[in-house]
Amino acid sequence: MAARRRLWHGLRVARTLWATQYAYMLEYRAEIALWALSGVVPFIMLGVWSAAGTAAQASGFSQPELARYFLCAFVARQFSVVWVVWQFEEDALQGRLSPYLLQPLHPLWRYVASHQAEQATRLPFVLVIAALFFLLQPLAFALPGPGRALLGVLAVGLAFAINFLLQSLIAACCFWTERASALERLLYIPYLFLSGLVAPLESFPEPVRAWALRTPFPLMVAFPARLLSGDPFPTGPHALSIAGGFGAMALWIVLLVPLLVLVWRAGVRRYSAMGA
Amino acid sequence: MAIVRASGLSKTYRVADKQPGLRGTVRHFLRRRTRDVAAVKGVSFSIEPGEVVGFLGPNGAGKTTTLKMLTGLIHPSGGQLEVAGHTPWRRQRTFLECITLVMGQKQQLIWDLPPLDSLRVNAAVYGIPDAIANRRIQELAEMLELGEELTRPVRKLSLGQRMKAELLAALLHEPQVLFLDEPTLGLDVNAQARVRQFLADYNQRTGATVLLTSHYMADITALCPRVLLIHEGALFYDGSLVGLSEQLAPWRQVRLELAHPLPADAFAGYGEIESLEGSEVRLLIPREQLTASVNRLLANHEVVDLEVSDPPIEELIGRLFRQGSLEAFR
Repeated sequence: MAARRRLWHGLRVARTLWATQYAYMLEYRAEIALWALSGVVPFIMLGVWSAAGTAAQASGFSQPELARYFLCAFVARQFSVVWVVWQFEEDALQGRLSPYLLQPLHPLWRYVASHQAEQATRLPFVLVIAALFFLLQPLAFALPGPGRALLGVLAVGLAFAINFLLQSLIAACCFWTERASALERLLYIPYLFLSGLVAPLESFPEPVRAWALRTPFPLMVAFPARLLSGDPFPTGPHALSIAGGFGAMALWIVLLVPLLVLVWRAGVRRYSAMGA
Repeated sequence: MAIVRASGLSKTYRVADKQPGLRGTVRHFLRRRTRDVAAVKGVSFSIEPGEVVGFLGPNGAGKTTTLKMLTGLIHPSGGQLEVAGHTPWRRQRTFLECITLVMGQKQQLIWDLPPLDSLRVNAAVYGIPDAIANRRIQELAEMLELGEELTRPVRKLSLGQRMKAELLAALLHEPQVLFLDEPTLGLDVNAQARVRQFLADYNQRTGATVLLTSHYMADITALCPRVLLIHEGALFYDGSLVGLSEQLAPWRQVRLELAHPLPADAFAGYGEIESLEGSEVRLLIPREQLTASVNRLLANHEVVDLEVSDPPIEELIGRLFRQGSLEAFR
């Protein structure tokens, strides 16, 4: 009975937070459209890779597959992008974190809701960009089957979860250092190169690929992008399979959640409520 | 049984110590120096349910740090603390549901949305059923004289309207203990008076306990029969406002209007002359000598009018904080 009540309470909080954050994001729809447009790194990389056609072939991609991969990388990035470290840092410095800490709801849930609401606001812009892309690259047009699409959406959701947990860990460093966003730069460079955002994993030398697969980065872009594209997964050593990808995602989440809880608890003990 | 109990409460911050200029910057970069600052030093007090207590002290005295410890925002460095039967820094759900903190310069309302959106979030977070939340919003909005402001974006509200909406948001869950840090800061005189009246009514109606800090003495005199006076992190006074006035000013002010002007030495032996202008004289007479001195004044001089008054508490506290000295309490 108590569990059921808690569940209903959780659903009500989630629904209300999401609806409120969505209303808030709609106030900034023009800004969000610009943010969506600014995430075009995969399209730039598609241009670079198309020019170097032989390299694309060497990594086992046909031209339409490569185009689809980068479009799906763009989509995966759009719905897994996380900015909690900047928001949290600003809230901590401006004293806005204090009222959040005094309410019976973990402050990170507010940021989860605002990210989800922002993703919903991005959706129409992403659809328009994808439609334009297929108009310009008609040979690349293909839709995944419903099963693969569903798995792709699930993978994007889990990619967001991993990204959010990693950034929240860094954000929690705000309890020790005021400028935790500087630490985020340390994550951004490996993310950019190892996630599959600038090049498909298959184009990496084998030792680099093997090493990359031990990090969570390929799970954030390359894995969901492959699922969304509907194209077959590569085989051979150091290749990610569907089951292996989801298994790795679950493992990272299981590792990161308790770590975040520990760091958060230790950090809150140090909180000095500056700016409040 | 006390609802707030603090015993030997203390808080020490470690702060960076940097000298100005390029040399200081380089030295600070190479070898960071820190020092410990004791913001609160062994403060003890208790507050009974339903009390309204004023927390006084100059800037940097340790008021806000104490409030932060009482609400559980920061961990004390030492001492014991209990609020509504809970240890605040554990921030258990049951504790958070029975307290609120309102900070005059900080807001919890979402800036670009109407207050009603933030109120809906609060109702969900505190698990208040919609019907009850709506009823409370209506009641509190009436008390605070808020109407269509609740459906206007927060950024479009005046400071006074915003503070009233903040109060509404902070009280929606009907907390037992209210911590108010400068709730009238920056408001105009009318808005201040309305907020004060609301707080008095709210306390009467719900029996909530209130701990209030304010630089406006009018807030304290209107709301707080009891005050705590803190200076440099230490508690110097805990008692009634009247008692504080007596301790800060162990004399009373006597204004006399005489039939004829008299020289200053005619008043020697009655008390200290505060001012002498024509036939009007103001004397400061020790409280214990007041009756005898007034009798002698009336017997020895031709008095047209006489008025005995306490110096305004605002003036006394203001003088105290300006001087930065609390010798009277040592």
